[in-house]
Order: sequence, then C-alpha cells, then structure tokens
Amino acid sequence: MSRYARPVRLRPPLALEIAVARGVAALSRGVGAGGGTTIPGKLLAELDRGAIDRLAARLANGTAVVSATNGKTTTTAMTAEILRPRHSLAHNAAGANLVSGVASTLLSAGAVDLGLFEVDEAALPELVQRLRPRAICLGNLFRDQLDRYGELELVAERWRDAVADLPEAAQLVYNADDPQLAAVSEAHSSRVAFGLDDPRVARPSLQHAADSKYCVRCGTPYEYTAAYVGHLGAYRCPRGDHARPALDVAAREIEVQGRERASFRLDTPEGSRPVELALPGLYNVYNAVAAAALARSLGAELDEIAAGLGRFSAAFGRFERVNVGDKRILLLLIKNPAGANEAVRTLVDGGAPHVLVVALNDEIADGRDVSWIWDVDFEPLLPTLERLVASGGRAAELALRFRYGGLDHGAIEVEPDLGNALDRGLELTQNGGELVLLPTYTAMLALQRILASRGLAKPYWERSR
Amino acid sequence: MTAIRVGHLYPDYLNIYADRGNIAVLARRAAWRGHELDVTALGMGDAVVPGEHDLYYVGGGQDREQLLVAEDLVAKAEALREAVTAGAALLAVCGGYQLLGRGYRGFHGEDMPGIGLLPLETVAGERRMIGDVLLECEFQPGEKRTLAGFENHAGRTRLDPGAQPLGRVLAGFGNDGESGFEGCRAGRVIGTYLHGPLLPRNGWLADWLLEQALAHRLGADDPPSLEPLPDELERRAHEVSAARARARGGRFG
Repeated sequence: MSRYARPVRLRPPLALEIAVARGVAALSRGVGAGGGTTIPGKLLAELDRGAIDRLAARLANGTAVVSATNGKTTTTAMTAEILRPRHSLAHNAAGANLVSGVASTLLSAGAVDLGLFEVDEAALPELVQRLRPRAICLGNLFRDQLDRYGELELVAERWRDAVADLPEAAQLVYNADDPQLAAVSEAHSSRVAFGLDDPRVARPSLQHAADSKYCVRCGTPYEYTAAYVGHLGAYRCPRGDHARPALDVAAREIEVQGRERASFRLDTPEGSRPVELALPGLYNVYNAVAAAALARSLGAELDEIAAGLGRFSAAFGRFERVNVGDKRILLLLIKNPAGANEAVRTLVDGGAPHVLVVALNDEIADGRDVSWIWDVDFEPLLPTLERLVASGGRAAELALRFRYGGLDHGAIEVEPDLGNALDRGLELTQNGGELVLLPTYTAMLALQRILASRGLAKPYWERSR
Repeated sequence: MTAIRVGHLYPDYLNIYADRGNIAVLARRAAWRGHELDVTALGMGDAVVPGEHDLYYVGGGQDREQLLVAEDLVAKAEALREAVTAGAALLAVCGGYQLLGRGYRGFHGEDMPGIGLLPLETVAGERRMIGDVLLECEFQPGEKRTLAGFENHAGRTRLDPGAQPLGRVLAGFGNDGESGFEGCRAGRVIGTYLHGPLLPRNGWLADWLLEQALAHRLGADDPPSLEPLPDELERRAHEVSAARARARGGRFG
C-alpha cells in the first residue's frame, strides 16, 4: 500500500486532464507569468496524482532519476547530453524537480521514449514509487536549508525508504565517496559505485562545514586518505566498521584548469576514456562521473559518454557567462556551504576577483535561515578583494559575514536591489574584465530576468531545451 | 590589552547553525577594543579546568552529534559548574542549550542526559518550531533591548518556576511555543534557541558577554564597559531580521 494517499474522487480520462493542464501552461506563458514550468503539473497533481504513474508507464524505455543536494541539475543535463543521440527525452531541464514539475515535464513531452528527471531530495521517495525508475543516481548529501529539509539524517532516512522501494531490477548508481550514501545503497543489490580517485587534487583536510564526519556504524571520526569536496572522499573508520567501497566508475588523472575547464580519465569496467569538460571545478568532475555512471547504466557506450560530456556547456543558471559590451559577467549559483565553497575554490584557482557581487535572498527556495553563509569559507577571496557589493533581501547580513571575516568596512557596499547591484558591479569592473556574481537561487532567477529584460540573455523557459 | 580566554565546547560536533559566526563576532569585537580572544577547543575527553577560561561556548548539533557529546558533557559537568560559579560566562545555543538543562526526553521515550546547569528540562514535540524570532530582553530594569534570530527545534523547553528567561517573545515560538518566553539566563550563563548566528546582528549581547568575561578575567565584581562601536551594518541586519520575524512569525515544520 502506498504511503502517499491518493485523493478519493472519480478520475477524469487521462487525455482530458492532459489537455486541460497543457492549456493552462500556454495561458501562463501568454500572460507573461513565467515559464509555466510547474503550473500544469500542479493542476494535474491536484486532479489526480496517479496520472504521473500512468504517464511514466507509457515511456518505452522507462525513466531514470537523479537526486543530490548539489549538482543534480548539472548531472541530469550532462546525462541528457550523452543520451540525446540515442533517445528522445522527457527532461525537466529548468529544474522543476518536485512532483508537480515532473508531472509538467511528462505532460509537455511529445513523442519521447525515456524520462530523465532531477528530483528534489525530499520528493525522491514519492517519485520513486510513482515512476518506478529503471535507474537512479544518488549524488551527495550536504547540509542544506535546514529550515526546509531538516537534518541530514532525516533526508538520509527518506532516501533509505526510496532505495527500499526500488524495483529489484533497477540500477542504483551512487557516490561511494559519500559515507552516508554508501550506507544507504547497501540495501540494494544491483548497484554501481562511482567516485574520484586522485589524491593529488584532494584538500589537505576536511573543510569546516564538512558533514557526515563520523562512522555511520560506530560514531568514530573517519580517517580520510583524500577529501575532495566537503566530506566526499576516500574514508575509512579506524575501527574497521566502514570504508569507501571499491569504485566501479572512477575519475582519475584529474586536471582542474582555473575558472575555465577540467579534464580527467574516466575508468569503467569496459575501459577508459579521456574526458574534457568545458566547466571548471572538482565538483563538476563529480557531476560528470555521476552522469557517466548513470548513462552507462542506461546503455550508453564509452565513446558516447566521453563525446557527450565533451559537448556539454552548462546547465541552466548554474554557471553562466554573459557578454555586456566589452565586459563579461560570470554567474555562479551558491546555495549551501559545500557548493559555495567549491565556487570560491574555483574562483581562487582561476585568479580571485577584485570586485564581487554576492546576492543573498531568504525566500523559501533559498532557505529562510541564512546562517549557512557563516559556514562558507569566503576567506580565501579576501586577500585580493577590493570591493564587495552585498545585495539581495539579506544584503546587510552578508555584509556582516565579510566584515567579521576580516574585510575592511570601506570595501563593502550594501545594495539590496539586484539591478542596482549589477550596475554597480559592472561600473567597478574594468573594460575587458569579468564581473563575478554569486547569487542564491531566487536572486539568480531575478538576475536572469534582469539580464533578459536588457536583451542580454534569453528567458529561462526558452533556453531549457 | 587583555587576553579573553574562550573554551569552545565540541566545535567538531556542535556546529550545525554556523556557530563559528558567533566566535568570529566575539573575536573581532574584542580586537576592535584592543583585546585578544584566545579560543581553545574543548573536545571529547578533554578536561575542563575551572579558572582557565573566562567564557564558554556550546553550539548546536544534529540529533546524532548531540547524542554523541551528551555523555561526554556529563563527565565535564562538575568542572563547568565550578567554573561558572566562580564567575565564568557561558553561551549555549540550541542543542547546547538543551544539554545545559536536566535532560532531553525524546519522542519515543529515549532520554539524553543533561548537566543541570540551568533550571529547565526539554521534551520532544511532534512538530518542529521553525522561523524568525524576535525577543525583548531586560537585563537591567527599564533597559529594554531586542534580539533577532532564527529558531529550528523540536524540543519544548520548560523553565522551572522562578527561573529567568532570556527574553519575552515578540514574534516566533520561543522555548515551547506557549509560555511567551525564550531562553534562560542565570547570572552570566545564557542558553537560547536563537541562531542565525545570534551575535552578528545582536552586537549588544556579544558585548555583554565580553564584558562578563573581562570581569572574570580581571577578577572584578562589576564588569567593565566596552566603548560602543558604530554598528551600522549590525543595525541594518537586525532590522531586516526583526522585520522578518514580525512579518512571517514562526511556522510548524
């Protein structure tokens, strides 16, 4: 019996529901209310949640889902790029990753044969039950929006339920570098471990905000021979109770090249291939190896995987370059300590900026609790930072974070309005230079709208395919 | 220049709500007045030596981490009691606050020991109390000041009769969502659910703690007065946070 009660009411014919919901999406776009990316799904979910199950069941090659605290949009988009030559996909590329968003994607998909969805961490159990995926990719679990998701253990508990509900034949692709996920995945027999294996690019020690530092079985602190991103790495319990499983799919010989690129050797049981990424940062190597492992489980060949990853540019809004006259804007989404730390590391590796616009909002999608900014290691940016423009609804709080981190009061400007902050940042940027923007989620959406209204970027609902 | 000695309890385990922000604020505000903050981590198995620290700090953790430290803290209880009786100050936030009471009774009956340093106990509630909070404090009669922060707790904390809360709830839940009070204050010991972190946008409380710690350090009965800081950013951040609490209140999660 499903844990998710279905509404007790008469079911209208599926075709009628689809027609009504699609009409609403068109109407939403028509009145300029946004992309309408979740409205039809919400309507469908209201009419009949079970419709999602039936829509998914119609896909000839089934569905695959990706969940993670960080990188699920990018990992899913990379997987889509790999699979596109051989599949016609239903893919929630604009990041609408709740039940309603998945429903909308299924509704608006035409003749497709495979569903590929990024899924919100909390929505994973229900969507696993409804979609009955043939493959699932679990990327990582970091502390994130504690006011919304609750504690990490709580999310891990939900994922345990999701794994228990997987069809027996489903492939579980999991990040073995995350102790919590290695433990969660043990319950399913058909599983594939992926991870990084190159101590040269490891961090000297665990970061301040590292989670899951203690053995899942006995509570002893793990020993790390290599820590790559947050608590992700090669760990073992000194008492011998738990250790990183052997990797089936691994990234080795990793090279990170500043703000621009990264490359690695992809090792699989079928052989190895060099992979070139047009994205910077170790976290994107994690996204790429996750996408490679998932695509492999869905039948992609090694050459297709390497080619697809090589073609990939960037997922919507996560990493974006925009030209403004003879200046450039680099936009990097920040949303929790682990992700923001990687953005900072990527900036520092590529030459830390002199001018920085950081925008902190506290809407529901950002997390209303802004305490996480104090867990981000912004300090490596400070030695070269000449001017910070603090923006967003919680601009003053952000200014305090940098002030108490050691930035001079005179180097800080508080400009809550995003458009003004963008203008001010550009004004402070030299001709030919690059302005770095670090917005939280809703600030990123607002900045996208501002850039679109100035004719500098396309609105997101037109770019997500 | 005086070195203010801070004992930071379990920084590796209890740090979920950016507790290091509170330490950073204490360190800078001390330095801006010409004092140095000398912070020592007191972890599992480390001894608390009364007289060695002027201020103790205990942060918040996830349930699992809190359970891991609870037993160890019991072993430090007597030394901590001796230290605060001799005038050391203490700030405990969220999970640390609960551990300072007599204990935590879980939802399914499992208990977590506390150390009884504050006259209170905590019982698990069905729903978490989550949201922005605004308090009004009156440390000196007639001198009212506000504290703005964020709370996220399942525990309902009940103060013993006669115990002094940290403040009156203007918006949000507070200790148990019913009493109208938040936190607990006993001499120089403060426990509270407010994180955010607490001190950056509530500079006056950071200064109060530093003054108490300085009094202990200097062996003075009356705490010295620190010279005021401009605190322009602090006030702006406080106002936004207070406005959020008034507009959004708390919600059950």
